[in-house]
Amino acid sequence: MNADWDVSSLLEGMVRDLRPRVDPEQTAMIGIFTGGVWVAQALHHALGLNTALGRLDISFYRDDFSQIGLHPQVRASDIPFDVNGRSIILVDDVLYTGRTIRAALNEIFDYGRPASVLLAVLVDRGGHELPVSADIAALRLNGATGGQIKLRGPDPLRLEWLAAAPGSVA
Amino acid sequence: MSLQTFRLGDGNPQYDTQGRLRHLLSTEGLRERDLLQILDTAESFLSIAQRSVKKTPTLRGKTIVNLFFENSTRTRSTFELAAKRLSADVLNIAASTSSTSKGESLIDTVDNLMAMQVDGFVIRHPEAGAAHLIARHLGDSALVINAGDGQHAHPTQALLDVFTIRRLAGPIEGRVVAIVGDILHSRVARSQIHALSILGCPEIRVIGPRTLVPKELASLGVHVYHDLQAGLRGVDVICALRLQKERMESHRLPSLDEFHRRFGLTPERLQWAQPHALVLHPGPMNRGVEIASEVADGNQAVILQQVSHGLAVRMAVLTLLAGAAGGGESHA
Repeated sequence: MNADWDVSSLLEGMVRDLRPRVDPEQTAMIGIFTGGVWVAQALHHALGLNTALGRLDISFYRDDFSQIGLHPQVRASDIPFDVNGRSIILVDDVLYTGRTIRAALNEIFDYGRPASVLLAVLVDRGGHELPVSADIAALRLNGATGGQIKLRGPDPLRLEWLAAAPGSVA
Repeated sequence: MSLQTFRLGDGNPQYDTQGRLRHLLSTEGLRERDLLQILDTAESFLSIAQRSVKKTPTLRGKTIVNLFFENSTRTRSTFELAAKRLSADVLNIAASTSSTSKGESLIDTVDNLMAMQVDGFVIRHPEAGAAHLIARHLGDSALVINAGDGQHAHPTQALLDVFTIRRLAGPIEGRVVAIVGDILHSRVARSQIHALSILGCPEIRVIGPRTLVPKELASLGVHVYHDLQAGLRGVDVICALRLQKERMESHRLPSLDEFHRRFGLTPERLQWAQPHALVLHPGPMNRGVEIASEVADGNQAVILQQVSHGLAVRMAVLTLLAGAAGGGESHA
């Protein structure tokens, strides 16, 4: 199935959809570690955004922290611009339950009050558990169940469909 | 186990049966990967202090008790702030106002607090082994962090020191570190030595008068010097220790002046070490005794950075211990 997914053409589609909604002088972009940062780097470059790319590690904001603890490798979030009043494109690789996006929004608001946040993802695989939807998605797999979709990278970027392992949830 | 019989090597209940770090009691016996995870996680918390909202929701709904049987400003306030920045609720209990002065035992005090559904204890106590005693008593039911027990251990101080060295002097595997002063009475020195050796420090030196350096240190692979000039030669990092004036009643030193003349860090003596050697001090400083003001306020001193780093390191320790309480290291 993943043979059908050409990540570079998916990214081109995202760039096409994003371009009319972006002002390269004003719009800022934030990628969510790890896959979201890879996607954001490609988009940021293609769109020619002037503001340096932001990176978000949402480990301290996860809603399942008290069940599963801390991710073994936490990276430092880095937002190298003033969030207040800014139009932001939030980028992740795969949108599934929506919990990561909720955590990311909470963290962004601890940096300031953005004018707007637009969500762009490579894959929206459905199965949302929260009222979160992507404004831009290169691939929509509504109704796909089981297994895990994972972006491997950073070079080259490959989108993989992993068969469901017992008890594993993305 | 009574507090009086406690000594180093009496076992280490900081890991549970599945090998998860549940309490932080000493740097001795800490696995390297756990130590590194604390330091790496602290790097992430450091940047939070630069944001407009200096808080994360990580420990929302948890209650942490600061149980301090000894005075402390820096350690207690950084632990309090660390817990608050993680959105925990904090209860501060100072021994002088607590019921222990009415004869209640340490365990009774802890049990009463547990009946209030608290989730963790940060404890400082004048007797070695106090935090271990509480950790053994509580097991998995709450986390325990040792914030200094007698002359035994002060693990978060040592962690913030190695964090500071790693950040400002580079990889510990390539640095010569000297600990100077009253080693004998110092829980900080003991915890530093264990943390440095776990991280692969190639040469750890201790420098101090014969009466203030325990002889068994050589067996830990530590190089012992009784002459400051010889000891500082080629050193990249100098960890000064507070001279425990209050513990000097046993006449181990002729006078504070004598100590300063032989072991006090002055600008001239600093030149015996490497040109840009870092100077650390856990505070509070005795200016003019173990460290001259010109050194304490000079550009090689990183004493205030240590305080900022201490906050991030304590946030990391609280997060990792509270996370382990939730059950796992495995992640989807």
